[in-house]
Amino acid sequence: MGYFSEIYHGAKSLVIGMRISLDQFLKNFRGDYNTPYPHKTLPIPERYRGHIIFTNDEAGKSLCIACKSCEKACPSDCIFVDGLKKEGEKKKSATQFDLDFTKCSLCGACVEICPTDALTFSKRYNLASTSKVVYAKIDLIKDLENRMQKK
Amino acid sequence: MSASIDFLLGPAWPWVRVLLFLGGTAAFAGLNAAYLVWCERKIAAYVQRRPGPMEVGPQGLIQPIADAVKLLCKQLLTPPAVDTILYRIAPVAMIIPALMCFVVLPYGDALMPTRIDLGLLVVFAFSAINVISLMLAGWSSNNKYAIISSARVVSQNVAYEIPMLLTIVTLILVTGTTELGTIVGQQGGWFWNWNILRGIWTLANPLVPVSFLIFFICMLAETNRAPFDLAEAESELVAGSFTEYSSMGFGLFFMAEYVNIVVGCSLATVLFLGGWHTGLGNLLDFLPAWASALVGLGAFFVKLYALIFVVMWIRWTFPRTQFYGLLNLSWKILIPVALFTLLLSSVLVKLPNLF
Amino acid sequence: MLLLNKQEALARVASHNVGGPNETFVLNLGPQHPATHGVLRLKLTMDGEFIRKAECVVGYIHRMHEKMGENRTCAQFLPNTSRLDYLSAMQYTHAWCGAVERATKLEVPQRAEYIRVVTSELNRIASHLVGWGAWVMDLGGLTPILYAFDDREKILDLLEGICGARLTFCYYRFGGVVNDIDDAFIQGTKAFVPYMRERLKMYRAFVTDNVILRKRLEGIGIIDQDMCRRYGACGPVIRGSGIANDTRKTEPYSVYQDFDFEIPVYDQCDSMARYLVRMDEMEQSLRIIEQALAKLPEGPFINPKVPKFLKVPAGDTTYATEAGRGRFMVRLVTDGTDTPYRVKLRTPCLANLSLAEEVCEGMMLADAIAFLGSLDLVIPDIDR
Repeated sequence: MGYFSEIYHGAKSLVIGMRISLDQFLKNFRGDYNTPYPHKTLPIPERYRGHIIFTNDEAGKSLCIACKSCEKACPSDCIFVDGLKKEGEKKKSATQFDLDFTKCSLCGACVEICPTDALTFSKRYNLASTSKVVYAKIDLIKDLENRMQKK
Repeated sequence: MSASIDFLLGPAWPWVRVLLFLGGTAAFAGLNAAYLVWCERKIAAYVQRRPGPMEVGPQGLIQPIADAVKLLCKQLLTPPAVDTILYRIAPVAMIIPALMCFVVLPYGDALMPTRIDLGLLVVFAFSAINVISLMLAGWSSNNKYAIISSARVVSQNVAYEIPMLLTIVTLILVTGTTELGTIVGQQGGWFWNWNILRGIWTLANPLVPVSFLIFFICMLAETNRAPFDLAEAESELVAGSFTEYSSMGFGLFFMAEYVNIVVGCSLATVLFLGGWHTGLGNLLDFLPAWASALVGLGAFFVKLYALIFVVMWIRWTFPRTQFYGLLNLSWKILIPVALFTLLLSSVLVKLPNLF
Repeated sequence: MLLLNKQEALARVASHNVGGPNETFVLNLGPQHPATHGVLRLKLTMDGEFIRKAECVVGYIHRMHEKMGENRTCAQFLPNTSRLDYLSAMQYTHAWCGAVERATKLEVPQRAEYIRVVTSELNRIASHLVGWGAWVMDLGGLTPILYAFDDREKILDLLEGICGARLTFCYYRFGGVVNDIDDAFIQGTKAFVPYMRERLKMYRAFVTDNVILRKRLEGIGIIDQDMCRRYGACGPVIRGSGIANDTRKTEPYSVYQDFDFEIPVYDQCDSMARYLVRMDEMEQSLRIIEQALAKLPEGPFINPKVPKFLKVPAGDTTYATEAGRGRFMVRLVTDGTDTPYRVKLRTPCLANLSLAEEVCEGMMLADAIAFLGSLDLVIPDIDR
């Protein structure tokens, strides 16, 4: 008797499985659940971690004082900062700020440790390029200038 | 002009007919092999809640052509350590018998290439050759994965030939003939005349739906479709018997698999589901001959593609059986049930003669 | 059922081998293989379809995390912790932060602890979904993995909303978490819990009760309790063999003692038992998340007095958490300088994999694949 009940229960589980997959099949006909990337894109959340960029004050200049805390805090040695105190300014400002994004692990240590909140995450995720140099040396100062000019 | 048409339709008609059928079969098989791949990908995608091929052409309809062109452009590489003759024979030996089965399959009253008395046996004889070709492919590849896969295929196919033939014998007891055109002819009229239901109310064999189920499962196993696709278990053995094949060698195996599915489902339609009869009795008798032939062809295709949909649906729902589970299913469940239906049917068919 | 137990299988294999060692061949389930979940090499000496000897070769993804721990400060090591077992990143970071907090006697506010529990449990569900989906895919069912990833997308969207990353979260810091959770996360998670319960019911009907899957998993890969003890296995592997050991209950850390949840234990010792343990663990994680969100206290999300450069005093600290695959333990040996002297990461998968050499003897190849899937291995976790 166990022979027949085994066959019956086995067959029943197979039929239930088929019904569930048919259910999903028909659901997909009725509505589109998927976003057809790249024709449509999804909104990027606010706290998304793209590579770091400079924040700016009202005058459009960066708040970086070239204290090198981010360089020391980075686990992967991907930041290089250099700065000097210009004439007539109270604090140092950055003359060179290079990010080696090929080594960055997006941990956020630099963003947190910066005393003037000069760094923040960008929302850039479409980062394809044919040469390594573009991301091996991202110049944040030039990037800020470009963004200010666009405005 | 009209003289040449008279010649073609008169004395030269048998030759013209042969050529038309050859061309038609090749076109049907080729189109099916290409577009069943598209169907499979779309069905898989919809079951898995994603859109499937969408980019190449509207809804991805040109995708199979792109795939065929890609396969043609690949390097036809013969690995150095393979057995030269057998390696080349294997894909050809797989596609030829599959195409040969179309000789006896009737798609309509006038669309039968030929009437062979033992038509059913012809189909089974040819479909048995694909076991040999899979074995040849695995053996000649000189690759451990391929050999394991072909060993599995042989035991699987042998085990599942038996219940299939038992159910066919059960059916032959009801129909009394193995000629496929006659079998379909007996199923004319209303849909309860179809073999799958006829056995029940004529009491010749009340278990015909069970026979149909067994035939369907065996057909899945013979064509190496999931859940019986140990031969090409992708996650274990890379590509199984076909690991060493590239370009059109692989393309031929692929085509042969889909042609086998079409042949198997056509056979199931012809034997159990009434072939080209619509099942609507004499409601459609007012149509002229050419229109009713078209309607019959349409009915055949509806049933055929419904069965193919079920085959694909099953593939994307279930995991793969283990080797001994597969053999257990055949030897311990399918064969006893098939034998029982055979006994029952033979007793019931002979019963009226006793009274 | 033609189900040979190990003695019968070995006897049959030995009886075939009259000709000597030439009858077997070596099959390389090589580093590149769809079913080994990473770069694991298995050298299988096979006799036909049966495995006579299995040898695991690891080290293809050794990235020297423990050495990196010696060359970086404790704060700089945080991104590394997410990359050990990338599927349970939150739990591994929890262990590291817990070790440093225990060494420096830093207090973590209650709200931060609750946030850590909620995110860790969400990560556990995501990790089990991947393990389950990939395992069923190895067995031939190509659909459930996509349903699992669908649910996983919802979890990752929630976690991306609070910390900005989808896989290698670097969300915890010493003394709390990076930033507070917002209303969207709480509402999203509250809506996710009943949705996931429905999905788990669907998975039970679709996959767990399926007769083909049951025949594939029942009776395969028996790991008895003595073997677990000898190899130091942990996680769902031993909970499927009847040993009720879960770090959240045996060495309670964080605020797990405030929650009411059970540890699923099955004692059939086969792959099916481990499967059921993982499915039930997902259900229990949902219970914990529900309770945590209901009792979420107000307060700071990080200890306000935590210094910018945390100095860890000299000493030897350990901290263990229950990750998705078992007990993950961090041992931190510091000597008073700003980088640790030694960081020892005791990962669960290495002990679980070492069982495979003994268990795979005499199995058929397809059963070995099913058994490896039941161990739920993540190879970067083994090689570190």
